[in-house]
Amino acid sequence: MWPWTPVPKNGEANVVNSVSTLCGGCCGISVRKIDNRAVKIEGMPGYPGSDGKACPLCLSGLQKLYGPTAVSSPLKRVGERGQGKWKKISWDAAIAEIAEKLGRMREDGRPQGLACIMDRECGTVPALFQRFLQVYGSPNFMKTASVDDAYELTLKLMHGVAARPGFDLESADYVLSLGSGILDGWGSTVRMFRARARWQENNAKVVQVEPRLSNSAAKADQWIPIEAGTEGVLALGIAHVIIKEGLYNKAFVDEFGVGFEDWVGKDGKKHDGFKTIVLKHYSPSTVAGITRVDPDIITETAKAFAAASYPLALCGRGEGRTPGALHDFMAVHALNALVGNVNEKGGVWAVPLPDYVQWPEAKLDMAAERGLATDRVDGAGTERYPLAKSLLTRLPEIINAAEESPVEALFVSGANPCYTLPDTAVAKAAFSKIPFIVSFASHMDETAMMADLVLPDHGHLERYEDIPAPSGMNTPVIGLCRPVVAPQRNTRHVGDAVLMIAKAMGGLVAEAFSWESYQDCLEKTLGDNWEPLLDAGFIHNPKFTPDAWAKAFQTPSGKFAFMSDACSYEAEGAPIAEIEGKADAYPLTLIPYDSLRLAGGPVTTTPFVIKTVEDNVLKGKDIFVEVNRKTGGKCGLAEGVYAHLSTPKGTVKVRVHMSDGIVPGVVAMPRGLGHAEIESYVGGKGINVNELIGPVEDPVSGMDAAWGIRANLTIA
Amino acid sequence: MSALEEKSKAVSDGGGFALLFFVVGLVASLIVGWVVFPKILYSQKRQPFDFNHKLHNELVDEGCESCHFFREDGSYAGVPKLAQCVDCHESVQGDTEDEAIFVNDYVTPGIEVPWLVYSKQPDCVFFSHAAHVKSAEMDCKTCHGDIGNSSTLKVYEENRITGYSRDIWGKNIAGFKKNTWDRMKMDDCSECHVKLGVHQNSVQTGKGACFVCHQ
Repeated sequence: MWPWTPVPKNGEANVVNSVSTLCGGCCGISVRKIDNRAVKIEGMPGYPGSDGKACPLCLSGLQKLYGPTAVSSPLKRVGERGQGKWKKISWDAAIAEIAEKLGRMREDGRPQGLACIMDRECGTVPALFQRFLQVYGSPNFMKTASVDDAYELTLKLMHGVAARPGFDLESADYVLSLGSGILDGWGSTVRMFRARARWQENNAKVVQVEPRLSNSAAKADQWIPIEAGTEGVLALGIAHVIIKEGLYNKAFVDEFGVGFEDWVGKDGKKHDGFKTIVLKHYSPSTVAGITRVDPDIITETAKAFAAASYPLALCGRGEGRTPGALHDFMAVHALNALVGNVNEKGGVWAVPLPDYVQWPEAKLDMAAERGLATDRVDGAGTERYPLAKSLLTRLPEIINAAEESPVEALFVSGANPCYTLPDTAVAKAAFSKIPFIVSFASHMDETAMMADLVLPDHGHLERYEDIPAPSGMNTPVIGLCRPVVAPQRNTRHVGDAVLMIAKAMGGLVAEAFSWESYQDCLEKTLGDNWEPLLDAGFIHNPKFTPDAWAKAFQTPSGKFAFMSDACSYEAEGAPIAEIEGKADAYPLTLIPYDSLRLAGGPVTTTPFVIKTVEDNVLKGKDIFVEVNRKTGGKCGLAEGVYAHLSTPKGTVKVRVHMSDGIVPGVVAMPRGLGHAEIESYVGGKGINVNELIGPVEDPVSGMDAAWGIRANLTIA
Repeated sequence: MSALEEKSKAVSDGGGFALLFFVVGLVASLIVGWVVFPKILYSQKRQPFDFNHKLHNELVDEGCESCHFFREDGSYAGVPKLAQCVDCHESVQGDTEDEAIFVNDYVTPGIEVPWLVYSKQPDCVFFSHAAHVKSAEMDCKTCHGDIGNSSTLKVYEENRITGYSRDIWGKNIAGFKKNTWDRMKMDDCSECHVKLGVHQNSVQTGKGACFVCHQ
């Protein structure tokens, strides 16, 4: 009645259970509707992990559904790349254009010029893209890397199995987090909060190791401030004390471990074992020199860790968006193995990768086979990087170095590489060289802005999709994202769009996709599981237990490998991943930090959630960087002043927040700000930290191991 | 005649005029206030098409609640949705113009009928039909009148300033009422609540008086 007081219409209340795909943890949600209007999102009771609760981003998901950034129809670029000038076109015209372009590339014998970037590789939607690329003839499916990839590789090398890591967090009674933002978005956010509540009930001890007093550190029993980037070294320092004092689990190490003691190889050469290397190079005093952690604290922590019934060491910095150095992960996993908590209660489990997507083998023609036989454009799987499945962070440099982009056509779905890739300027330059980009974004983002065609996917509350277990889940789960409301705009499910493109291509490409629609594909893929999934909203096996030690390891020796041939640093111990920049020009170190209040991934923070960001992180459009009072004082800075933050990648203007909760010499900047000004609520606020930090290649895996960059801060 | 008497007579003669002016002014004001003002204040709106409550009431078993029912969660569904009507009105029944409008303009394209609700209270009022109809066992007629026996829908009069239906203030601009359903103002609610000694605190909040209805 009063026009300035919006009052929603009355109607019948009903609830739809779904899974929100906004956050990495994939919260189970219950959406309350009044007639056909979604009005409130809450957690879905009983959903594995989140059980009745949801993270702030997922709770505010209605703003994505009804917000202004949702793409309303297929768009074709008419202006320059990134200019944001579009014309609306029909679905048929868009599909025809893609099919025509891809058809021509294939006829010219260059199917490998097609690439695809996604944020996930499990589930039916990634599988549809992978299948399309396979029958089309391109090996170039790429995924935004995360800690899961580094952990997967760790399990591959140390257990010899293709598995993802699961953490029996709830049973642990001593949690040593080596930089993981366990209450800042690491793993499945809500599960981590619930686990913390359990730890408090059970008097479990939580120790947080990181350079900054994050939310996770503030809520831990003990915060160990550490020199940025040296968490892996501390893990080995702790291992040193445990081995030296004989506190390790001898039953596990002696019977099921290999590479712990020195051994003589087939070549007759003597190799140092894990024990020798750790004892030689990682004494508390040496480690203290590198990490700036007091040797007594290292010893105490090691003893407490070994004495606990269910100790658990975690790694993967912050939210886990960047993989990090492989040897850090192996060091932490070796630490877990030392106390025998691998595949055990309260420990790290190797959980088999989801295998429910079983489709008949697609028939390939000569063109496809020739294309598939070529090396991947990012180098993954080649002789240089035999371990990696995908190395997206290498792609921009490769494209920029080539005269003509080796990627001629690119599909992007569920990912926003022009925002999330390190060194954003280089990434954008690479994208502008790619002749044809198709974005399947449901909401306009930095990458869609660079696209030639935007084929909008349904929003996360408008579509069906199977959601495999989130990061860190130790039991197999498949959740169902399902339509809460009918599509509000002229959008199509990305799965349907792939089917349409395949059908328009004809031949064996079309034949490989026999399904009528994405929903048909999903139902047939899940088979007998479809009805239970539809009824409950998820399928979960809470009774899953990992393989016992005797049959858990499929390394050549059949044992847990403390050392791997893929990466041995016998002489001097494992090096710390170097970051870019010279110390004389850049005396400080910039590290990014994650927060639940800011989404650092492909999804942009919602207007509601950005309102929760504190004034000393973002004020108006100004971003604050956190520095220690001593560091700030030395630089002549004061609270709130403007300063120039420069790194080898560029200089930006920031404001300074002085804090005691950060180690001196480090500048911390929040991840998740600085989005393009697509709308005024979130866009144009602050700086994207990825602009300032470039990728650093892990020498073994090739994945991004950067944990920061050298920087300087001067008063503006 | 003394000067004083003359002045008194002049006043007396002038008093007749003044009285006349007063009466004329009063009558004019009353006409303006009771007849002209309501005409200006309220706009006349027609419903999308006419509806015969009496006819439908004879065809159903449970009286008003057959169409104006309570949902499973106890909330009141209010004006029926198209889905309730389509079973019978999938095609045009009878030969009235209103029926043709209903079927052709609303049922066939699947558009909800934008009925104008005579008894819609301001947004600041919380009203529970369940509390009145289910718990207090009041009949619909007490507040809404004998709509069930009406064969046509009256003109909807909307207050141009507030946007409220005229049924809230009542047809009588002076505020007089003969029947309980003549007005739906706050006083009418409280009159009944006081008379029946209704619990004066909100069940939900425990707070008294205003918060019973203004939550």
